[in-house]
Amino acid sequence: MPRLLQLLWAQLSGPGMVLKAFFPTCCASADSGLLVGRWVPEQSSAVVLAVVHFPFIPVQVKELLAQVQQASQVGVAVLGTWCHRRQEPEESLGHFLEGLGTLFSHEPWLQLCRERGSKSWNCKATRRQGPTPLAPACEDQVMLIFYDQRKVLLSRLHPPAALPERQAGDATASAGGLAAVFDTVARSEVLFQSDRFDEGPVRLTHWQSEGVEASILVELAKRAAGPVCLLLACLLSLVSAASACRVFRPWPLSFIWSKLSTCEQLRHRLDQLTLVVSAHRAEGPAQLMRKANTLVSVLLDMALGLLLLSWLHRKDRFAHLAEALVPVADRVAEELQHLLQWLMGAPAGLKMNRALDQVLGRFFLYHIHLWISYIHLMSPFIEHILWHLGLSACLGLTVALSILSDIISLLTFHIYCFYVYGARLYSLKIHGLSSLWRLFRGKKWNVLRQRVDSCSYDLDQLFIGTLLFTILIFLLPTTALYYLVFTLLRLLVVTVQGLVHLLVDLINSLPLYSLGLRLCRPYRLAAGVKFRVLEHEAGRPLRLLMQINPLPFSHVVRTYRLPSCGCHPKHSWGSLCRKLFFGELIYPWRQRGDKQD
Amino acid sequence: MEDERSLSDICGGRLALHRRYYSPSCLEFCLSCPRISLRSITAVTCTVWLAAYGLFTLCENSMILSAAIFITLLGLLGYLHFVKIDHETLLIIDSLGIQMTSSYASGKESTTFIEMGKVKDVIINEAIYMQKVIYYLCILLKDPVEPHGISQVVPIFQSAKPRLDCLIEVYRSCQEILAHQKAASTSP
Repeated sequence: MPRLLQLLWAQLSGPGMVLKAFFPTCCASADSGLLVGRWVPEQSSAVVLAVVHFPFIPVQVKELLAQVQQASQVGVAVLGTWCHRRQEPEESLGHFLEGLGTLFSHEPWLQLCRERGSKSWNCKATRRQGPTPLAPACEDQVMLIFYDQRKVLLSRLHPPAALPERQAGDATASAGGLAAVFDTVARSEVLFQSDRFDEGPVRLTHWQSEGVEASILVELAKRAAGPVCLLLACLLSLVSAASACRVFRPWPLSFIWSKLSTCEQLRHRLDQLTLVVSAHRAEGPAQLMRKANTLVSVLLDMALGLLLLSWLHRKDRFAHLAEALVPVADRVAEELQHLLQWLMGAPAGLKMNRALDQVLGRFFLYHIHLWISYIHLMSPFIEHILWHLGLSACLGLTVALSILSDIISLLTFHIYCFYVYGARLYSLKIHGLSSLWRLFRGKKWNVLRQRVDSCSYDLDQLFIGTLLFTILIFLLPTTALYYLVFTLLRLLVVTVQGLVHLLVDLINSLPLYSLGLRLCRPYRLAAGVKFRVLEHEAGRPLRLLMQINPLPFSHVVRTYRLPSCGCHPKHSWGSLCRKLFFGELIYPWRQRGDKQD
Repeated sequence: MEDERSLSDICGGRLALHRRYYSPSCLEFCLSCPRISLRSITAVTCTVWLAAYGLFTLCENSMILSAAIFITLLGLLGYLHFVKIDHETLLIIDSLGIQMTSSYASGKESTTFIEMGKVKDVIINEAIYMQKVIYYLCILLKDPVEPHGISQVVPIFQSAKPRLDCLIEVYRSCQEILAHQKAASTSP
């Protein structure tokens, strides 16, 4: 049976599109009057923005609409009539409303009607078929779509349709259908400025007609923001001028600053804060969100830093830390010594070359001895240094974590040195071996052509080459073992530092304001819309409720992610393995400053 | 007008198809998936608790038992909220668009709406799924750059996976509405 009706409808109804009337839910209980809004011909949809009530003077209504059109570049016009009847239908009102169609001519003319207290609606859209006013009118099918005006006004569609900025008149390109509705409502804010307490010539009903929404706190904050931003901007410019002064220029200092991740983090925060307190207004909603996200992130960072500071001060933990630091460093050095003694013996049952083993082992042991003496020299000052560094935690938890990462790299500096020695020795050996292996086979590396060529060597060249090759290959296990051990240690330290950097990155780049907005006001960040079919009676027009579909949390993070320092490892696993095999040095954290080297 | 039929999915489970006809230009299809069975919940819970008890006898730590209870509860809640889909709905509105809703067992609903301007066609496609060849209904989206290209294929009823008879019925209704929509958009 429904199939038959469908086929019949397809035959009888004209090929015209169904007319969609977007009606705000706040006007559903308004008194009778005129419908004011925008007609979008490409989608055959009428977006109703407000209802003008009786009594009104048509000239004043036209003036108001012209004003709104000029201020907002939206083609606002009178779309039709709205009739909210009581139980007894008023005949005179009906005729009066029909007469208004001649005053405000609009194609098509919409006539919405609702019985008071019931849910039955009536819609009619008439269109004149000929140019003369006496031509017969034809009716279109109408579909009513209710929307919450406040939510649609405040929300922002992602991804935003590529709508051109305010153009003259109504010549906007046909944006994807629903984006046009959002755009219309958002740009018609000036129409919603007057409420029913204003003594204007025209009485309107819209979402703000009960009184314009505002918040005292927000207004106060706006007033206070100006001077506060100015003050902060001056302070920040002073700080950046001080940091750029000539004292920090000479080579050793600038090299140290570029290597420390604390300086990197401080510079990043300075840039962010300068952006937030700058005097320029945010260009668009994306810029505004970025500023808000940055501000909230900085505030949370400082709050967490202060928490950390208070926790550290509570039970005199600084003294405990300082006391524990020197024994820990001693312990690490002792373990390294044990490791080297083990390597100098017969590690894991492997037989080493005694002479080379002893040389390398003694070399590294001497380094450790130097390191322990250095630590013992520093031990009386450690508590003071730690206390002063701990004060920097009030600048933010990220700064404290960066300092921790720097302290780790300073304390494991000897492991880094051993790694570099081992790697250089090993890479030297590997290069020597590969070149002598080519000699062994009678080939040579052609630097000009960048390929391997055959070459005829003299007998003594071959003899010495083969001798050296044999020596190197028998010494390979010893060097390779030292290299392996120190590389593993270095990778361990790098992993720990990497975790700390990851945490810092997370705090830096998480868009907390956007996430909070998505949690508390989900309609502000819209991924799209969803429709719900309301109670339907046969013979009545179809009624739908349009609600906002909020953006999923993962999309929110992806869209509004703040740019972080960018200290991510640039190697893939394959290139990392290749570098390890050939003994090339690995620099996992390329700081921003290194790009200029 | 409402219509209800009992069908089966590709694995043989029972599906119920509700068809609601609001108006000639608005149609809704609702497919209800088989409910979660008490037998499977009991089986999983018993397995987890037996494993936990075995660990407990080895380690003599009562934290393992409380952890097992926690894990079972959280796992069940997570499964109901994120994995188990109760019913899937397809709503077609002429000249507006196509909306797909999945309702999870915990009541959460996830909705996707595709505007009619982006829809190129609705088709039934074949696919090789493990050792079976199955049919599925999908929406083809227009490519904004190339007029005859397809930018995306959006499958419908992914969790319910109905058989061809159900798909043919949905396909016919969709095509009627799409044909009317195409006629309307091409006419001046």
